[in-house]
Amino acid sequence: MFLRKILFVFCTVWCSCLSFASNVESPKEIQWPFDGVFGYFDKQAIQRGFHVFREVCQACHSLKYMEYNSLEKVGFSPAEVKAIASEYTTKDGPNDDGDMFDRPSRPTDRFVGPYANEKAARAANNGAYPPDLSLIVKAREGGANYVYSILTGYGDPPKDFKLSPNMHYNPYFSGHQIAMAPPLMDGIVTHSDGSSNNIDELSRDVVTFLQWVSEPEMETRKIMGIKVILYLVVFTVAFYLVKRKVWKDVL
Amino acid sequence: MLKEKKKKKETLVGWIEYRLPIFSFLKHLGEYKTPKNLNYMWNFGSIAGIALVIQIVTGIFLAMHYSPNDATAFGSVEYIMRNVNYGWLLRYMHAVGASMFFVAVYIHIARGLYYGSYKSPRELVWFFGIFIFILMMATAFMGYVLPWGQMSFWGATVITNLFSAVPLVGDFIVRWVWGGFSVGDPTLNRFFALHYLLPFVIVGVVIIHIVALHVHGSNNPKGIDVKSKNDTIPFHPYYTVKDMVGFGVYFMVFAYFVFYQPNYLGHPDNYIEANPMVTPEHIVPEWYFLPFYAILRAIPSKLGGVIMMFSGILILFVLPWLDHSKVRSATYRPMFRVMYWLFIFDVIALGYIGGKPPEGVYIFLGRLATFYYFTHFLFVLPFISRYEKPLPLPKSISEK
Repeated sequence: MFLRKILFVFCTVWCSCLSFASNVESPKEIQWPFDGVFGYFDKQAIQRGFHVFREVCQACHSLKYMEYNSLEKVGFSPAEVKAIASEYTTKDGPNDDGDMFDRPSRPTDRFVGPYANEKAARAANNGAYPPDLSLIVKAREGGANYVYSILTGYGDPPKDFKLSPNMHYNPYFSGHQIAMAPPLMDGIVTHSDGSSNNIDELSRDVVTFLQWVSEPEMETRKIMGIKVILYLVVFTVAFYLVKRKVWKDVL
Repeated sequence: MLKEKKKKKETLVGWIEYRLPIFSFLKHLGEYKTPKNLNYMWNFGSIAGIALVIQIVTGIFLAMHYSPNDATAFGSVEYIMRNVNYGWLLRYMHAVGASMFFVAVYIHIARGLYYGSYKSPRELVWFFGIFIFILMMATAFMGYVLPWGQMSFWGATVITNLFSAVPLVGDFIVRWVWGGFSVGDPTLNRFFALHYLLPFVIVGVVIIHIVALHVHGSNNPKGIDVKSKNDTIPFHPYYTVKDMVGFGVYFMVFAYFVFYQPNYLGHPDNYIEANPMVTPEHIVPEWYFLPFYAILRAIPSKLGGVIMMFSGILILFVLPWLDHSKVRSATYRPMFRVMYWLFIFDVIALGYIGGKPPEGVYIFLGRLATFYYFTHFLFVLPFISRYEKPLPLPKSISEK
């Protein structure tokens, strides 16, 4: 009887632990082209994703560790990058009169964010601070799947759920409520080449873009990894054979 | 003509040798007599050595681009990742390399525990090994603070706060370590200075570790002393070539993590810049600290936890006397062997518990595992040493 009681207590405690862990919905599992040893970036998707970022995300989110000219690595021509950069305004100076001045951004400048500082960002968003997106995929458990799940995971709250003012129900976010309004919906962005623009495609594209922004070195890294590991296999086997030969007469 | 040249070279070598015995030192390395029955577990000493070299070399290049200032540290790491040529490779090698270094050292320690390498006459080899381990932990902890992410900041806050448990002067010590009233720019700056210094101290202690080792030579899987020339082989070429095989396998695992899972052993929160106003949900140290972190949290008093955590490491210093059995190798110690694996399981369990939130069943399990950790050293080992009947030892290393 006593043992059974202990077992019961143990199980209840265990279950409460488990339910604590499952507070947040685990992210949707998506097959990304950039997954795995042979993962690569779909440059068309990154370009479409950048378009989505410019149309939607950058209204609130910055990208402060990226320079405009990195876009050349995903297929934009230098002239296009120059045109994109010049749409933004960078604060420069001081000039010879000692004044700061605004000028159109150049390709070597970093992406200009929507707010001057965190206080301004919070003032414009009911106190919430839209995080910088340069590292968002690496900075969240679940990575690309997590970001995709947040973008596509909005829904109506269950009846007994108490939603705070200015919050939105999203079971993939810690605490199930998020300050960001649903950013994407079917057809909110149109592509000039007529690519499909339902919420799933738009989310995939923008996540691919953000994955590239978080790990611009990923393709180089994975290709180098194959070469390094192949080299090491040959190295190890060769030394193993030499070792056997050298050790032949021992024992 | 050729002969004359050769003669001249000989005299040059002789001239230098007469003043600085560098050549006889190299000769010692080549001829160093090593038991011929060492298994692949004996590779991890040299693997740990190469791991240290990798950390120092990549670290020096990283330091050329890194900026130890609370306003710029995080950005400078991102600059290394994005704009420095192969900066991502340097940084991932350094970050993964720290974990790989601990993997090598933990296996190296576990091998020493299994084969009784800490016993007479190698107690000082063991002592200097523990010094290296402690220095490594200090270096790794300070290194993890440098990227100035959320886990850097809050990990530093939690660990430095441990000193506040010291009676009377605790708060003073903590403020002195911080260089202010919280972890901040002065803390980051001094951690960078020390993180650059300590690896070279480790190199010094490694040299002492090896000098002490070379006095009586390596232990071996049979745990018995070398009796005749027939028991040994020269280090070169036998163990140099075997070490290369070990390096190859080690580098493959290393490369897998660097190129395909570079952030697996880290924490996603460390890609969020340090923010003193926002505390992460769970503050967890790097995986290699988790067993000791679990001991720290198992004790309900702060001072008690700190004392127990440090005792968990320092108890290794008295190990040669707690385990006073004359037989070194676990191969001939049936009881010890069982308890050894139980102890290894206990340490892994502590590591697992250290990574879980301190609530519910994990509190109980943490205390149980902590209790057993010390029981193993203080009761199990002395008891076994006295009552265990070891199997008959072979007469020599060469005996089949």
